[in-house]
Amino acid sequence: MNSKAISVVTSTAVPLNIENVDTDQIIPARFLKATNREGFGKNLFRDWRYIDNDENKPHEDFVLNQKKYSGKILVAGKNFGCGSSREHAAWAIKDYGFDVVVSSFFADIFRNNALNNFLLPVVVSDGFLHKLFTAIIADPSKEITVDLPSQTITLAGGDSETFQISDYKKTCLLNGYDDINYLLSQRAKIEAFEKSI
Amino acid sequence: MSKTLFEKIWEKHVVESIADGPDVLYIDKHFIHEVTSPQAFAGLEKRGLPVFRPQKTIATADHNVPTLHQELPIKEALSRKQVEKLTENCAKYGVELYGLGHPFQGIVHVIGPELGITQPGMTIVCGDSHTSTHGAFGTIAFGIGTSEVEMTLATQCIMQGKPKVMRINVEGKLHPGVVSKDIILHIISKISASGATGYFVEYAGSTIRSLSMEARMTICNMSIEMGARGGMIAPDEVTFAYMRGRKFAPQGADWDKKLEEWKKLKSDDDAVFDRELNIDAGDIEPMITYGTNPGQGMGISDTVPDPEKLQDESERNALRKSLTYMGFKGGEKMKGMHVQNVFIGSCTNSRIEDFRMIASLIKGKKKSPDINVMIVPGSQQVAAQIVKEGLDKIFTESGFFIRQPGCSACLGMNEDKVPAGEYCVSTSNRNFEGRQGPNARTILASPLTAAATALTGKISDVRELLNVNPA
Repeated sequence: MNSKAISVVTSTAVPLNIENVDTDQIIPARFLKATNREGFGKNLFRDWRYIDNDENKPHEDFVLNQKKYSGKILVAGKNFGCGSSREHAAWAIKDYGFDVVVSSFFADIFRNNALNNFLLPVVVSDGFLHKLFTAIIADPSKEITVDLPSQTITLAGGDSETFQISDYKKTCLLNGYDDINYLLSQRAKIEAFEKSI
Repeated sequence: MSKTLFEKIWEKHVVESIADGPDVLYIDKHFIHEVTSPQAFAGLEKRGLPVFRPQKTIATADHNVPTLHQELPIKEALSRKQVEKLTENCAKYGVELYGLGHPFQGIVHVIGPELGITQPGMTIVCGDSHTSTHGAFGTIAFGIGTSEVEMTLATQCIMQGKPKVMRINVEGKLHPGVVSKDIILHIISKISASGATGYFVEYAGSTIRSLSMEARMTICNMSIEMGARGGMIAPDEVTFAYMRGRKFAPQGADWDKKLEEWKKLKSDDDAVFDRELNIDAGDIEPMITYGTNPGQGMGISDTVPDPEKLQDESERNALRKSLTYMGFKGGEKMKGMHVQNVFIGSCTNSRIEDFRMIASLIKGKKKSPDINVMIVPGSQQVAAQIVKEGLDKIFTESGFFIRQPGCSACLGMNEDKVPAGEYCVSTSNRNFEGRQGPNARTILASPLTAAATALTGKISDVRELLNVNPA
């Protein structure tokens, strides 16, 4: 298993009970000027975390600023990651320290970007999402286990649900394989395809 | 077996299908820009790879460029570095760049079509979600992340699950004062900001067929705003007439050959779509948005929906949050409200027809003294055409300030921002919180509605200025 690989994550979670969280909220455009992939975590949800763009004045009620919430799992409302295709959104979430995002619904481009960065998007039912929010808010120390090999998500001492992922992507995530490595291994096939068109 | 247009083009580009996994999809044309490409080039460098097919990638600088004094070095250090990095990468890897100062520079989704690079039947990707714009030519065009930009540079392929296909039929005649931006805002308001997630959309019907290419691009452009992977329109005589003679369009015998192929690009009569939606063009009014996602739109004579009347708790909370941000109350009319800014630009509405439409409305009239009006052409070619047609004089006399081409205040990445707390009626595509600047409040509308608002200083029904009766 290489360093990027992801298998079983057991952690407390941060509840972001907001729908239609777009990638402009996850990382505003003015922070996209870097030419590397590192360091975006400090500006994750920047305009929801800080008042008047001033780092010294956090919005006390925003979940990332509430000390009781922490962990490697972000639980968010439906249609998470909509809008801009900026992969910086996935980089920012991963860089902040999350390995899993749970929602009842992800925007397509964000889901691909997350998978390409070994940030696991877990789709649960609306009912299960509601249970997760209720449980985390009632007890922020409640742990959640996301088990990729068995494709299950389980609330400590409680409910469980299975989630979908393609066999291909599952293998990639469990072994730390990139799509690009796969594509590079198919170069001969791609060249043959070019000749056929 | 009968097929949709989407399926026909997709299947023709599949190099390999992985069992219980994505397809390896061959990409005909790849557009890149300064913001989402540097990390992809860095990835190539780390792996010691060349660009596999450099002639299939075209670069421009648009997202992060200033729209004043483009002839001078960029003042802001990080922006300058990002634009320089693009120049450096393109030179090193042999990619054609239409950078600042080049007569073809402009918003990536404006220049591809106007140069004839975008052609029917192609697969097109770009690290930008509004790549769906190119679908107006009967292409499969969609936005990708930077890892996928790297894959395309390295192998000319990406790995994608095949989406479902939805057809949206728009039938009938549009009322005066209603334009293509209103059609797409109307559709998104019906289907919601997530209603087409997982789908690729084909727009069809008599209303769509009656539109110009530029109007069709506006519609396909905003497909992503309802969550769709992309949007497309089958090419027809309007498409071919637009393309003929463009810089990189096929010429001579090659054109004739391509034309025969392009004419076949349509969904079979009995093709089955996973979902169909029918829209009556006669139901569409000039549209405005009241909330913080493009699905929160309404006709200009409607009232803002009241969150307290919603049954579902999470929907109620979401609407409350949007209205609090926007400073609107449920049940009130937006028409007649004062706004401080009008932005006319972005990959949605910054083409020459948009500016002709606006000029014909404002000619001989002055903007309201209380309003700041920013006009940003989509490309150097559009900017030159504005001057050639004398539209610049009309804008200047009316008090509309013309800037240089770029994405500008659509995303507030450069210095063109809407001040905190102020309203902006914008021809762009996203009314997200802070999109046009921290705490800026965006109201999406057509170029006509934006121009009408600029003249009156208040959110206006353009039909009253055109002396046509609202339906």
